[in-house]
Amino acid sequence: MITVTSVITEPAIASPAIKRKRRNPNRPTWEEQPTGWGAAMKFVVLSVVVLSVLFPLYTVVLTSLSTHAASVRAGGLVTVPGDLTLNAYKEILSGGIVTRATLVSVGITVVGTALSTVLTVLAAYGLSRPNSFGHRKILFVFLITMFFGAGMIPTYLLVSALGLINSYWALILPAVSAFNVLIVRNFFMAIEPAILDAARIDGAGDWRILGKIVVPMSRAVIAVVSLFSAVGYWNAFFNAVLYINDNAKWPLQLVLRSYVLQGVTLPGSGGPVGVNTGAVSGLPLQMAIMVLAILPILMVYPFVQKHFTKGVIFGAIKG
Amino acid sequence: MTTSPVRRHPPASDHARGGAAKSAAPLVRHISWQTRLKRDRTLLLMVSPTIVLIVVFCYVPMLGNIIAWQDYSPYTGFVHSPFVGWEAFVRVFNNPAFAHAVVNTLTITTFQLVFFFPIPIALALLLNSVITPRLRTLVQSVVYLPHFFSWVLVVTLFQQIFGGAGLISQTVRQHGGSGFDLMTNPHTFILLLTGQSVWKEAGWGIIIFLAAIATVSPELYEAAAMDGAGKWRRMWHITLPAIRPVVILLLILQLGSMLSVGFEQIILQRAAVGTGVSEVIDTYVYFQGVVAGDWSFATAAGLVKGAISLVLVLGANKLAHMLGESGIYQKA
Repeated sequence: MITVTSVITEPAIASPAIKRKRRNPNRPTWEEQPTGWGAAMKFVVLSVVVLSVLFPLYTVVLTSLSTHAASVRAGGLVTVPGDLTLNAYKEILSGGIVTRATLVSVGITVVGTALSTVLTVLAAYGLSRPNSFGHRKILFVFLITMFFGAGMIPTYLLVSALGLINSYWALILPAVSAFNVLIVRNFFMAIEPAILDAARIDGAGDWRILGKIVVPMSRAVIAVVSLFSAVGYWNAFFNAVLYINDNAKWPLQLVLRSYVLQGVTLPGSGGPVGVNTGAVSGLPLQMAIMVLAILPILMVYPFVQKHFTKGVIFGAIKG
Repeated sequence: MTTSPVRRHPPASDHARGGAAKSAAPLVRHISWQTRLKRDRTLLLMVSPTIVLIVVFCYVPMLGNIIAWQDYSPYTGFVHSPFVGWEAFVRVFNNPAFAHAVVNTLTITTFQLVFFFPIPIALALLLNSVITPRLRTLVQSVVYLPHFFSWVLVVTLFQQIFGGAGLISQTVRQHGGSGFDLMTNPHTFILLLTGQSVWKEAGWGIIIFLAAIATVSPELYEAAAMDGAGKWRRMWHITLPAIRPVVILLLILQLGSMLSVGFEQIILQRAAVGTGVSEVIDTYVYFQGVVAGDWSFATAAGLVKGAISLVLVLGANKLAHMLGESGIYQKA
């Protein structure tokens, strides 16, 4: 078969100079070699796509590391490395609004992720035993919430009736998603029942089975679900607009909006920072706040990415 | 079928269909519900915190929608506010600002559907033709990245690049041109929104198409190549039909969420471009309810939106069935 293929394709690729092109070992033998133009176009399009993501990040990071004078000379974002300094980071991390907001965001993310992961795993295990008491009705109760949202206004009124306005619990508590429970439950149910039965016969209770067998066997899915929930907590913005009215309690995303996007002057940074008026006196400072908001994402990213292939479909649908 | 008395399965295989247990009684060991409750109490204990949270944060607010039929005031509360029938809904339908928000929402989502939706498909096809694994992994990890950024970050990034003091405007100005500000220009706002969505989500969108393409057997391509099909014909006759169900499924889901277009994205830029082009249903509900305090009116507007969304999903699903696709659900 293979010899036939090569007979068919070879005349097409053999140049008069008999100089055989190096063949990509990953290319199946039946597939034709790309034409020069095709390969060039592909390269250009892919480069544009990749650069459109990387270039803005590059200028932001570079500007945050530049001196104020360098950013003024560049007339805004710095694209060519010049005078570098860590002063912007020193300033925003030396206490004050940004430092506090970063700590708040880290706290909400850590507590929220821990809580939602533990509750999700417990609920998923509790619903994973076939024929257990009431699991069908409970599943139905969970499923409904995936199709009918409650709406913004009643949810807001509820949170305020519970006295959670200006409390971080308003951001942390409504976190267990029925969808994640079902995903993890599916993985638990795929575990060979004979293993669990053996443990049960040996006298292990449900807590022990969950902790010693089920969780260690499902590390990948638990990692994906908890990392997605961590990203959700870190990025949450509008919930904080709704529920946190006290500026002193703002998480980092609100600080980013106020002091960078809307250009409100950061107290103590000196000089107005009107982004829309063209004044850029605090630009490295502002860009340092942006980097602060990106950094945790970049730190967990390689870790999440390892599991993308496993969680590929549900991740994409969940969006 | 499942209740057929001649079934030979041992009772153990009946696990998965607890509901059928009653009718197949002679074959199933009968356990009283008290015994099962006692047996499964640990499992129920494990689920209970999540049940509590879901009931409190999902079901209670669902019931709270009742205030759409009340003359609600926070001081009198859910219980004591008087019922006034459909008054709030009448006000919603007679309100030109609400109609304006609906038109804006539909314009933006239709525009995004046309100009955003094909991009991940095209990118997935392109990436699928990259056969060097390392290059492919590199491109994928880069284009997935913006999905994990918050909207605040994305909008700020766009402002720094396309805004009045942004990188492009500054560069143009330094070369003698006049600057521009895309962030505050209402005429180009829809392009800006779509550009931001493409930048943030198009890369992530390819993941599901790549997964669908990966399920195609390579033998199909080989056989087609044998028969003389070039790569464009192989794409047209093999790859695209293979991802067709996924495309239709995603289209239906898109239609269902047509009325909740990028809320965080828009509310961040609403002040900069003005409400004329940026007021959508969700922002309208927010400002009428939480900001202006007209709770019953805002809730009614939210319910109207939910109802239209439901009709859109059902309609799209029906259309999918008519086109011979399975859609998201089927009549049993």
